[in-house]
Amino acid sequence: MNEPLLLNASGCLDALEAPDVARSLDGYVTKTITPEPREGNPPVRIAETQAGMLNSIGLANPGRARFLAETLPRLRDLGVPLWVSVGGFAATEYAETCAALDGCAGVAAIELNLSCPNVDEAAESAAEIVLACRGATELPLYPKLSAAARDLAEAARAVEAAGADGLSLVNTMRGLALDPVTLRPLLSTTTGGYSGPALKPIALAAVFACARAVRLPIIGMGGVSTGIDALELVAAGAHAVALGTILFSDPGAPARIRAELAAAVVSRGIKHPRDVRGVAHSSLQMADSSSDNRRQKMPGNGAKLTA
Amino acid sequence: MRRELRRVTGTDGIGPYTLLRVARGRLDAGAPGQFFMLEARGRVLPRPMSLCLASRRELAFLIDPVGPGTRALCSLEPGNELHILGPLGNGFDLDVRRPLLVGGGIGVAPLPLLSQVLRAPPAVLGFRSDWHAEAAVLVPNAEICIEPILVTDLLHDDRHDILACGPEPMLEAVRAIAPGAQLAWEAPMACGYGACHGCAVEIAGELRRLCVEGPVLRAPRGRTHASFPDPLLSNAVTAQG
Repeated sequence: MNEPLLLNASGCLDALEAPDVARSLDGYVTKTITPEPREGNPPVRIAETQAGMLNSIGLANPGRARFLAETLPRLRDLGVPLWVSVGGFAATEYAETCAALDGCAGVAAIELNLSCPNVDEAAESAAEIVLACRGATELPLYPKLSAAARDLAEAARAVEAAGADGLSLVNTMRGLALDPVTLRPLLSTTTGGYSGPALKPIALAAVFACARAVRLPIIGMGGVSTGIDALELVAAGAHAVALGTILFSDPGAPARIRAELAAAVVSRGIKHPRDVRGVAHSSLQMADSSSDNRRQKMPGNGAKLTA
Repeated sequence: MRRELRRVTGTDGIGPYTLLRVARGRLDAGAPGQFFMLEARGRVLPRPMSLCLASRRELAFLIDPVGPGTRALCSLEPGNELHILGPLGNGFDLDVRRPLLVGGGIGVAPLPLLSQVLRAPPAVLGFRSDWHAEAAVLVPNAEICIEPILVTDLLHDDRHDILACGPEPMLEAVRAIAPGAQLAWEAPMACGYGACHGCAVEIAGELRRLCVEGPVLRAPRGRTHASFPDPLLSNAVTAQG
């Protein structure tokens, strides 16, 4: 019953710059950590579009050693369960970081960022990376998959078989924005990760498909800006919801969305958002059931919703 | 940190720009050169705008409608509401002996308030046309030039403390003449409060967030468009979205 409900999407929040925003979440997902420090992509990194935004930050981060020595202790002081997002360019790199995090105080879970559209991908498949990490840590592993996968349900089954504890769905989609005057790419890297309200139907479809394919808890994200958006992801099968682009325009979004969720729950005569989990599948047969004791609980110290 | 909902009290067309006036309420106006994130309701991202003028009742922003967010802001009418977050970033250091304000295009936006605070020092403003130059009405004691004459053609001596805002090529040229100048830069931003790392630009040799370190800098800044040696692109206004 103490599962987290609202998290942030990895990469969307520098908690040390905005500690109050991080504390208003049930868990803070760090920016993705790679073995070596990364300065990130050169400017321009952000482009506004009609129905969303593109980013090309490029996994800027201090690297594993400095993260463990300097950043993690400061994040721990926030008092929020920490989900460390792990990146790399080979399965061994992911596994080494997972091993280093194993046993670190304050770390509730690991997100494996397997789908950043702004950097090169590891040669190995998602399942091979999860398998390597499974051998390196006992911490819960949540691979973050992209809706651009050719067969997302199959990818979800593969990472489940490799030992994943849950899924993080979805990452941004690759997109391109041109300067209307020069007709050249606005971003220095040409393309970037597309996010915002336009991503919501894609996220819903991904969560819906994976909820039917695997027995893993799912963190749903993509275009959530209201409590109803969050409730829809839960109805599609998500256990928790993560906020991304909305945090840029509204740092108070977690509290607002929590209040909107509470109101939506009351108006539906239910007690908790989880009471509608999976209802979008209605008469369809779900892969899971509430009596299934194989399903793992999500890590965390309790959702703050009181309804 | 909380964004506020505020009512538009008025809009004035000034050349191609709109001066958007917003009920101030209890908002802190901050220092000249600081900025606010403004978002018309229903848009996806707020847009960073430096404060142009402040009174007890109103905050005013000069906006160039160049993208979806700024067009939505310029379409607002009195009585409409918008979201506002700020003041953010670091403004101009006002401890200057012989201030000279230098502005180019929409870069004049922070100068009216700066001029007010510094008691109407001399100013040099450059625009691409007479129409754009209508914005000069907001800055007293201003000498105005229209392209192809550039503001740097009018900067002759180094006895002044220069405080400047404008397009990147203008700021680069000002710095070449006055290395100690305070320069207010622009970069596309998503959050404006340090969370997203989207506005990172090269500052003193490192990629750093302009919203936290700037937007007013004395340190050298690398060029944004180094990889696109296109004269068209260097004139494009990308910062306001």
